[in-house]
Parts: sequence; structure tokens; C-alpha cells
Amino acid sequence: MDALLPHLPVLPILVPLITGAIMVLIDDRQRTAKAIIGFVGLLVLLGAAIAMVVTVNQLDGAATASYPIGNWPVPFGIVLVADRLSAMMVLIATILGISTLVYSLARWHASGPSFHSLVQFLIMGLNGAFLTGDIFNLFVFFEVMLAASYGLALHGGGSARVKAGLHYVAINLAASFLFLIGAALIYGVTGTLNMADLALKVAMVSQADRGLLEMGAAVLAVAFLIKAGAWPLGFWLPATYSVAAPPVAAIFAIMTKVGIYALLRLSTLAFGAEAGPSAGFGQMVLLIGGMATIVFGVVGLLASRMPARTASYSVLVSAGTLMGSIGIGNATTTGGALYYLVVSTLAVSAFFMLIELMDRVRIEGANVLALTMEAFGDDEEEAEEEVGLSIPGALALLSISFCVSALLLAGFPPLAGFLAKFAIISSLLNPAGFTETIAPTPWTWTLAGLMVFSGFATLIALMREGINTFWATLSDTPGPVRVLEMLPVALLLSIAIGMTIMAEPVMSYMQAAAHQLYLPGGAIAQVMDTPLVVSGEASH
Amino acid sequence: MELILAIGIAVLCSCGIYLMLRPRTFQVIIGLSLLSYAVNLFIFSMGRLRVDAVPVIDSGTVDASQYTDPVPQALVLTAIVIGFAMTALFLVIMLAARGLTGTDHVDGREQR
Repeated sequence: MDALLPHLPVLPILVPLITGAIMVLIDDRQRTAKAIIGFVGLLVLLGAAIAMVVTVNQLDGAATASYPIGNWPVPFGIVLVADRLSAMMVLIATILGISTLVYSLARWHASGPSFHSLVQFLIMGLNGAFLTGDIFNLFVFFEVMLAASYGLALHGGGSARVKAGLHYVAINLAASFLFLIGAALIYGVTGTLNMADLALKVAMVSQADRGLLEMGAAVLAVAFLIKAGAWPLGFWLPATYSVAAPPVAAIFAIMTKVGIYALLRLSTLAFGAEAGPSAGFGQMVLLIGGMATIVFGVVGLLASRMPARTASYSVLVSAGTLMGSIGIGNATTTGGALYYLVVSTLAVSAFFMLIELMDRVRIEGANVLALTMEAFGDDEEEAEEEVGLSIPGALALLSISFCVSALLLAGFPPLAGFLAKFAIISSLLNPAGFTETIAPTPWTWTLAGLMVFSGFATLIALMREGINTFWATLSDTPGPVRVLEMLPVALLLSIAIGMTIMAEPVMSYMQAAAHQLYLPGGAIAQVMDTPLVVSGEASH
Repeated sequence: MELILAIGIAVLCSCGIYLMLRPRTFQVIIGLSLLSYAVNLFIFSMGRLRVDAVPVIDSGTVDASQYTDPVPQALVLTAIVIGFAMTALFLVIMLAARGLTGTDHVDGREQR
């Protein structure tokens, strides 16, 4: 175990790569064997992710764990950097991977080829994108993640998925080209691809080249904004997510967060306070784009008549909230936003799985029925008859889970969603902390207002879903809900509830992560001085 | 030479974007391919254009001004491979869409 400890940052990439590669060799009919291998791989990964979070959390202040791949000196070779933020993201990706795998065992993993390998490769791409400290390597891991996601988006087949998949692949290919153009421009101006080295070079770029550098950063940011689903670049998202197989949509919940992560990482590193004239570049775009995304998400949420679309639009609302809070450029706000990121990812992921289970309870046309009931008045007699019926166990479990995820998504007390929104709004209204008063700007008031409003709209939309499903259902015998399907939902929601109870340590971890991001000086110096392994040392 | 390269990239890029916005899947894939060539040339040009200079540096003391930048060439190689694989994958989805919907329109049905 001690021998593995220095290699901790590379394990989250290697473990899924190896398990995924082993599974490619096994015949697709051996699903049980594949599931066991995948599950064991993910458990190892979970151990590594937890160890990484603990290790990174013990480092003081700005310190990070950096790992030079292939033992090349830092600005020239690729380096992996694990700080609090990336360790946390790896942990969430792993947890979502485990819940997706368990959920798929009930039915979905049998409805298409190579499901288990693709999940492993998706997690490898995600973890790589979170850990890498090199822009071009980030592109490579994005492509690994996207290639796996193309396969997963089509999982289950059918013309609706193929049609949505066609658009999804075309848009992401175009976004990848933008990524390449942005990375090439940045390299052309600064002569480096290493993120830490880039942060040092940005301040030294001459005035004549600064326009080109900012153009490169803007093109790169457009690529990330497409992945994050920002308005007006995110119209592909509801179309793709709402037709994807439920376990796939559940793990896709973190893919928009990769875009957000990359934006946060690069904007704080390259355009932080030390960037000279470029400091704070693009923050206003993020803020306004985030607010527009919230509005678009809310409109879609209120208009959607299909539960899967409701869930997709709540992904957009959460992405918009995150972008807006990052655009404020305040470390405390970002800390609250990171807490919100985790909570909303867990809740959306659980919600995507719940939708399929809820569909079994709901009968065809329940929506129309509920509408006519509203229009013509409820039939009182019929309602009386329903009272005597005992609610089956599955139905009770489902409605409780639905309730919990709705409270988390809408940000209502007493659960973690409320704490997250409270942390963000409180820091928006008191930007300098509680000791001194700085009047909040009109922008922060608008953002805070939009966040409260989006919570209210989410509650209305989800309440409607809940009433249509659980109260307007007329089937006496709801379809069976298996333990394997309920377990991952319960796991995700109980983690979110755990985050509510353990709010203090979790929140202080997030705040430490955010402050680490906004004071990158120490981390940059440390990454640049990443020690190489001397040949004699490697033998023990 | 810079001008010729710039015009070449611009032509490839504009053709690519035009074709990408067309309603037929085959036009979209040709557009994406043209766009990927434009992007590859662009990355290559970011290492500055040099004639008769090698990218692989000899051992010993060398004069860096005699060499061209090797990094963009390595990047282009990676980008070509990834772009090629993704185009192949897109072709598969395109054929599946053609088979399932019976049309090569990107929306899966003809516009009326």
C-alpha cells in the first residue's frame, strides 16, 4: 500500500483503463463476469478516490499532489495535479459510476453491446480531465470521455436515440475543433501547454499578443460552454439526455460539470488576480451566460410535460447557477457553488433513475387525465374509494425518494440543496464576509433573485410531476421495482442527506478548495517543482 | 507562404462550416472532415512556418534557431488520429440513422 501511495494521482486513470480493457477481451455474453470485474474495479477506484481526498485534505494551504507522467521535467512533460477540487470531482464521478453500474444490472446492461467497458472508459476520461495539468492532455481526456459517451448515448438503440446521438456527435465534434483552435492559439502565444506554466506566462505576454491570447482563451471557453450546456449553446442537452437510457443519463449528469470544472480551473489559474491586464477576463460573460441559462432552464422546466425532459432542464438550471456563481469571481461564493455542484449532481443523477421507476407506476395519459380533472372538477366519489387502499411498499419508497430529490433540486430546507443555495446567496450579499459591509451590485442581486426564483419554479414543475404520478395514478398494481434499482437511488440520496448532516466539515472542505483555486501562486510553484524519480530511488 | 497557408485554411474552414450547416448527413460529415483539415493546418502553423528545418533535435549542444518547433507537429498527429476515429464513429451513426429512419436528413424526416 505504501508503495502505491506516491502513485495515487495516476490510479483513477489507470484502474478504469485496465478494467475496461480487460472487459473488451471478454465475450459480451458473459455479462455477470463483466459486471463483477467492473464492480471490483470501481471499488478499487473508490478506495483510491477516498484516499486521495483524505491525503489532499491533510496537505496544508496551497499544497497539491503532482505526478509527472513518464518522469519528464514539468513544463515539457505532462503532469497530473491533484488538489482538493479535482480529488472531490474524482470521488463524485466514481460514486456515480458505481450507482450506474448497479442500476444497470437490473435490466439495462443487457440491452446493448459493451456497456460495462464504455462505463469504465467514460470514468477514465472524466477522471483524467479532472486530474490533468496540461491543456492538450485535457483535450485527449475529453475525447476519451466523449467517445465513450457517444457509445453510451446510443445504448439501447432505437431511432429516437440514433437521431439525438447524430446531433450530439456532430455538435461535440465541432466543439472539439474549437477546443483545438483555442489550445493552439494559446500555445502559439505563450509557447506552453502546461497549465501552471501558462499561469506564469500570461502575465508576461506583450500587449501586441494579448489580443491573440484572449481570443484563444475565448475560443477554448466556447468549447467548454458547449459541454456545460450554457445558453445559447446548450440546446442539444435536453434532446440527448431525455432519450438516453436512464442509467446512462444518470452518469451523464456529471458530464456538464466537466465543462464547468474546466472553466473554473482555467479562469482562476490563467486569468486570476496575478494575470496582469488580463485578470478577470470573461467573468462577465460567465455571469450573464449563467443567468441566461437559468432563465432558459426554468422556462423549459415549466413547459416540459415529460419527466425525462424535466430532469434534463434541471441539469441546465444547475449548470446556469454554477456558471453565474463562478462568474462572480469571489472565493467564498465559489465554495458554496462547489457544494451546490455535488448536491445537484447527486440529486439529478438519482432523479434520472427515479423517472424510469416512476414510469411503471404512472399509466399512459395520466397527464391528460389530470388536466381534464382540473378542468372539470374532481370526481369526489372516486377519490373517496381510493382512501381505503394501502399504498404498496414500492410506491411509498418511490414517493419518499422523489420527495427527497425534489427538495434537493429545488433547494428547500431542511436538505443540502438549501444549504448550498444559502451559502451562495449569503456570500453574494456579503461579498467581503460578515466583518465589513460592501453593498452588493445590481448583478449580484439579479443572480440571487434568479436563484430563488429557479428554486420556486423547480418546485412547481416537480410537484406537478409528483401529483401526476403518485396521486393521479389509477393502476392498483404498480410494476415491480427491484432492490437493485432502488439501491443506487437510495445510495445517492443518502450521500446528499449525509452532506446535510455533516454540512460543517464538507462545507469547510469546499471553501478550502475554492480558496486554493483563487490563490494559485503556491500551487503553481509546487507543480513547477514537481520532483522527478531518480533511477536509484525507483528500485525500492 | 504565410498568405497561401492562411487562404488555404480559410477556404477549408468556410467550406466546412457551410457543409456542416446543410441538411444532409453526408454533407455534414464532409463538412466536419474539411473543418478538421483546417484545424490541423492551423495547429501546425502555430509552430511558425519554417522551410528546411527539422523538428527532431540532435544530442549535444545545439543551436535552437536551426530547428522548427516539434510540439505542434506532435499535437497535429494526435489531433489527426482522434479526428479520424471520431469521423469513423460518426459514419457508423450516420448509417444507422439512414437505416432506421429511411432518410438521410439530419432530423430523420424530410421537411415539408
